[in-house]
Amino acid sequence: MRLISIIFRRFLRNKLSVIGALIIVALFIIAVFAPIISPYDPTSIDVYNVLSPPSKEHILGTDELGRDLLSRIIWGSRVSLKVGFIAVGIAIVIGVFIGSIAGFYGGKIDGILMRFVDVMLAFPTFFLILAVISVLEPNIYTIMVVIGITGWMDVARLVRAEFFTLKERDFVYAAKALGVSNLRLMFRHILPNALSPVFVAATFGIAGAILTESGLSFLGLGIQPPEPSWGNILTSGKDNIEVAWWLSLFPGLAILITVLSYNLVGEGLRDALDPRLWEAEED
Amino acid sequence: MIPLLFGITLVTFVVIHLAPGNPVEVQTEMSLKVTAQAKENLKRLYGLDKPLHVQYIDWLRRFVKFDFGKSFVDGRKVIDKIVERIPVTLSINILSMILIFIVAIPIGVLSATKQYSLFDKLTTVFVFIGFSTPTFWLALLLMILFGVNMGILPISGIQSLDVSGMSFTERIIDYAKHLILPVSVSAFGGIAGLSRYSRSSMLEVIRQDYIRTARAKGLPESKIIFKHALRNALMPIVTILGLSVPGLIGGGVIFETIFAIPGMGQLFYSSTMSRDYPTIMGILVIGAILTLIGNLIADITYALVDPRLRKKR
Repeated sequence: MRLISIIFRRFLRNKLSVIGALIIVALFIIAVFAPIISPYDPTSIDVYNVLSPPSKEHILGTDELGRDLLSRIIWGSRVSLKVGFIAVGIAIVIGVFIGSIAGFYGGKIDGILMRFVDVMLAFPTFFLILAVISVLEPNIYTIMVVIGITGWMDVARLVRAEFFTLKERDFVYAAKALGVSNLRLMFRHILPNALSPVFVAATFGIAGAILTESGLSFLGLGIQPPEPSWGNILTSGKDNIEVAWWLSLFPGLAILITVLSYNLVGEGLRDALDPRLWEAEED
Repeated sequence: MIPLLFGITLVTFVVIHLAPGNPVEVQTEMSLKVTAQAKENLKRLYGLDKPLHVQYIDWLRRFVKFDFGKSFVDGRKVIDKIVERIPVTLSINILSMILIFIVAIPIGVLSATKQYSLFDKLTTVFVFIGFSTPTFWLALLLMILFGVNMGILPISGIQSLDVSGMSFTERIIDYAKHLILPVSVSAFGGIAGLSRYSRSSMLEVIRQDYIRTARAKGLPESKIIFKHALRNALMPIVTILGLSVPGLIGGGVIFETIFAIPGMGQLFYSSTMSRDYPTIMGILVIGAILTLIGNLIADITYALVDPRLRKKR
């Protein structure tokens, strides 16, 4: 437990990362309490207030159906949170599983699995995602799964590399000598020691997943209107580009701030978890 | 290379066969009059009555000849549709790579040589924002600024409607005007990434002993940086450029769609929307091959710039 407090202290030292973490917490609160916070119903149409610029009634303006933009952005935060966490969760489960097996067994199994990783990396990711979506129905669940199954390769490589060094360590030999089964050895003994780069990759992965989801929704291949997502609000921004700048500006800012926060936290975590940077400040 | 290609085709084949229903259903779902017999005939035409592994081998055999079949949408050969789109996509990608190179490396080098200066801090901020900006949003903002408000740049297509009446130089200028926004947008993320990368690469080199030696023998600082340090710092950067190919090609889907540029990305998008499976398969494979070529070029250039690798031969 002392380790966790060291990591926590080190993380707190990076002010930008702390700000990022606070923003993420705020976003969580906003997403959970969206029904209470948002001033209007995000799907209620108001034909008398179509495309009205930011004003007292509608702080961020309204869209082409007179829906309140602020409310839609608030509700949209739910989509990005869900997609970010679940997609990355899927990617990590697959990546950890494949990386552990490749790293633990090595040899032929490792060769085959890593060739598979190479093949997956050879595809332009966005092409692969679109291809899978073209054969399935575009909705929030498809998006999560698709981003997950096209994003596990880096995690697999990281875990594999950790396993390669860890499996030569004494505690592993000791466990082996005690007759611990391979499965238990992999997932109970080695894996917990291999997780810190995975946490870092996961944080950056959430940032990437949110960006990808917004891109897909923007293209009409993600979250379908009337359900609001930051990406599909930007589609109406594009359709009304000549008249309604606010429809383009604000949802994008929401994406930028959110993704930036995850990236900053990822950066802070990476420094905090890197033991090579620890020695310098043992006090 | 060859096993990779084999794997790529296999994954592509599997992805497309995830489809509930098959091309026959997709083609006939609109018309109720199609009889079961007609469906059977269509199935046989596509070879769908054969077992999966036979279908795959058949497809692979045609794939070797770059025969991806015909588009469901307009009946044209898929390979023709793709080939006519490649030049636009490729030229935008090459232009944005050049832009990435000439902007990012000086930024990276400068912020490394002046570590912790204001410039360095600004660069770090820029890098983080660059990583976090959705490119399509950046595209929208630039379109609003330069296209709608200032009205100085066109916001869609790659040439004006009245292009046929222009002289050669006017045409070039017209072309350039249309490309400024798409190229800058597609380069933006890359500039952030590469300036960060070249900064850390440069920082690593500067700490090496041979740089200290160069300083000790009294070489001017500019010579140390540009002659001794930069060349060594550039080596790993070359590989990064090759590795960024899939990102650039994949990102093309979004900005080509926004700017209405008739490239591979836009073709891929429209094929996705119309579930044109033969075209999707074709582009997927071609995109992966382009990625492999990018990696190969990276390896070759790396060998060219790194004398240690040259000696081994």
